[in-house]
Amino acid sequence: MSARRIFTRPARFAAIAPYGWMVLFFLVPFAFVLKISLSQTAIAQPPYEPLFDLTAGWQAVRAALAALSLDNFKLLASDSLYVFAYVRSLYVSLTATAILLLIGYPIAYGMARLPKRWQAVAMVLVIVPFWTSFLIRIYAWINILQHDGLLNQILLALHIVSRPVVWLSTDSAMYLGIVYSYLPFIILPLYATLAKMEPALEEAAADLGAPPWQVFWLVTFPLSLPGVGAGALLCFIPIVGEFVIPDLLAGSNSLMIGQTLWLEFFTNKDWPVASAAAIVLLVVLLAPLLLYDRLQRRQLEQGR
Amino acid sequence: MAEELSDIEASADRTVAAAAGPDAYPPSDEPLLRIEGVVKSFGGFRAVDGVSLDIRAGEFFALLGPSGCGKTTLLRMLAGFEAPDAGRILLGGRDIAPTLPHERPINMMFQNYALFPHLSVRDNIAFGLKRMGMARADIAARVAEMVALVKLGGLEKRKPDQLSGGQRQRVALARSLARRPKVLLLDEPLAALDKKLRESTQGELLELQRRLGMTFIIVTHDQEEAMTMADRIGVMDAGRLDQVAAPRELYEAPRSRWIAEFVGDINLFDGELQSQDGHRLTIATRDAGALLVAAPDRALDKAKVSIAIRPEKVKLSRRGPASDAGQGSAINRLDGVVTDVCYLGGTTTYKVRLDAGGTVRSSMANTARIDIDAYGIDQHVVAWFTPDDCLVLEQ
Repeated sequence: MSARRIFTRPARFAAIAPYGWMVLFFLVPFAFVLKISLSQTAIAQPPYEPLFDLTAGWQAVRAALAALSLDNFKLLASDSLYVFAYVRSLYVSLTATAILLLIGYPIAYGMARLPKRWQAVAMVLVIVPFWTSFLIRIYAWINILQHDGLLNQILLALHIVSRPVVWLSTDSAMYLGIVYSYLPFIILPLYATLAKMEPALEEAAADLGAPPWQVFWLVTFPLSLPGVGAGALLCFIPIVGEFVIPDLLAGSNSLMIGQTLWLEFFTNKDWPVASAAAIVLLVVLLAPLLLYDRLQRRQLEQGR
Repeated sequence: MAEELSDIEASADRTVAAAAGPDAYPPSDEPLLRIEGVVKSFGGFRAVDGVSLDIRAGEFFALLGPSGCGKTTLLRMLAGFEAPDAGRILLGGRDIAPTLPHERPINMMFQNYALFPHLSVRDNIAFGLKRMGMARADIAARVAEMVALVKLGGLEKRKPDQLSGGQRQRVALARSLARRPKVLLLDEPLAALDKKLRESTQGELLELQRRLGMTFIIVTHDQEEAMTMADRIGVMDAGRLDQVAAPRELYEAPRSRWIAEFVGDINLFDGELQSQDGHRLTIATRDAGALLVAAPDRALDKAKVSIAIRPEKVKLSRRGPASDAGQGSAINRLDGVVTDVCYLGGTTTYKVRLDAGGTVRSSMANTARIDIDAYGIDQHVVAWFTPDDCLVLEQ
């Protein structure tokens, strides 16, 4: 009897709330998108058919269900434009994540070894860019990178180049933008892992005869892998679907899936294909998402 | 098991001889480890304040002190994790200041063991051996020896989080012993164990040290632990080494009032020197009247002194004992009333309020199962002790 009383009414509500949130803001919209992805484009409002009209009776609903098809998914698989966009997205995200790790790890490592007082300062410095709107920061990069922008002015003034270099609308500019924007997302989980690591472990390794580089590779780095995984996935997953940065900084000759989706939706007004593209993207990202979830869970369990 | 151990001893001797070379090992009259006027400050705080100490090869030495006394800082300087601001640390006659931690023939067992959580028991123990560039087969043999030594057989593949506290302690010990260091540093090695396990481990640690003939330096705040295991104890307070002595000397002849109170239980009576009659002093105390004590070896500088007497040297009886007039030694007798009785199994401690005003604690062994002579609360008793059992400490 008393066991049932453990969950009081507010506690029960708190336990259900996250699921309610999931259903309302993820599953229901997802169902809409899924349904649209199985529909056909139409010159109408909304621009697809069939429509479910629950007031028209069972027969009408059955007819609408029968009209659904997988044609859009077949199109995505057969048209190299889409396949290429997916492959490019994964490639760009993988490359960017690798660069982020190479830059972010030393920064996080350095931060974790600062005196406590300075760690807080460093943390603020990492977060400060968030105080400016993301879009404004990307436009600022356009300003810096453009033909007569700050970067070219400096390079010319220092006589490093004799003519302005084309920076804007290149992959380099896109990677720069992505790395710049996502750096805090990789630094913070890495820093959290490194900062909570027991200093005695590194001392024990040194005590047992490991020179500093071995202390790092045999103890510090393996023990920071959960942070590496969390940070890498935290960047990799959203970068795959990134739209704004490639759209503003990269050239227009090859598109990422986010841009393709945007084109289908707004320019071509083909909502069903755009929806199908979104569904496939979600499926592609399911594996890394589940991996991230597992890592987070393990982190939580260890923290206990 | 016995055979295994003698093998380990023999190979330990070989390893030490091989590692040290013909002239690196100090002659027997020179200490293995010499600490000379070592100072370490953190900010404005002097954690270690001019400590000098010699430790002989094969010794079990305990650094004893309350938390924050600087004993761990001193240990960390020996391991190389902190550099002294002043002073020198000599190992086998050589200054080890320029030697980095990973190059020192000293190993440490950390307070919370600091086992590598991502490595198995086997790999934790082998970690230091791999760093020495030992052959694979030799490593396997040494790990097997160590596992047998600390009785961890069958757990080699477990990760530290799959072990109990006692097992983890053993892995840490095996890992720090595996490289056969010249000096093993142990930072509160038993603090995380429960009382029963702590006591049995104390015995095992002592036996291990004797068998391997290694030099152990242990840091502890537990005076019983230090007394049980160490050949010599160094008592530290506020960064200074107050007294270095064998356990018995430390207990029976503490150099200061602070040490007397820190090591074991003690009764203290403040008073003033009244008169001296040969090797007997008469001290006038406020709380216990005039007390006769044996004159200390060195002359007293001050008239204000404290009389210290351990509770087990204070006896109780219903009537005072007849003084041994033949030897001319009077006995201190103090009349009082029992106010507190604390039965501890092996002993019983009594608190007696003296008619003179103070209180005295007496601890008596329960030598019989049925004690018809036990004292009860409110009983009038005579607390007595000989002048030779008293210590005179300057205030």
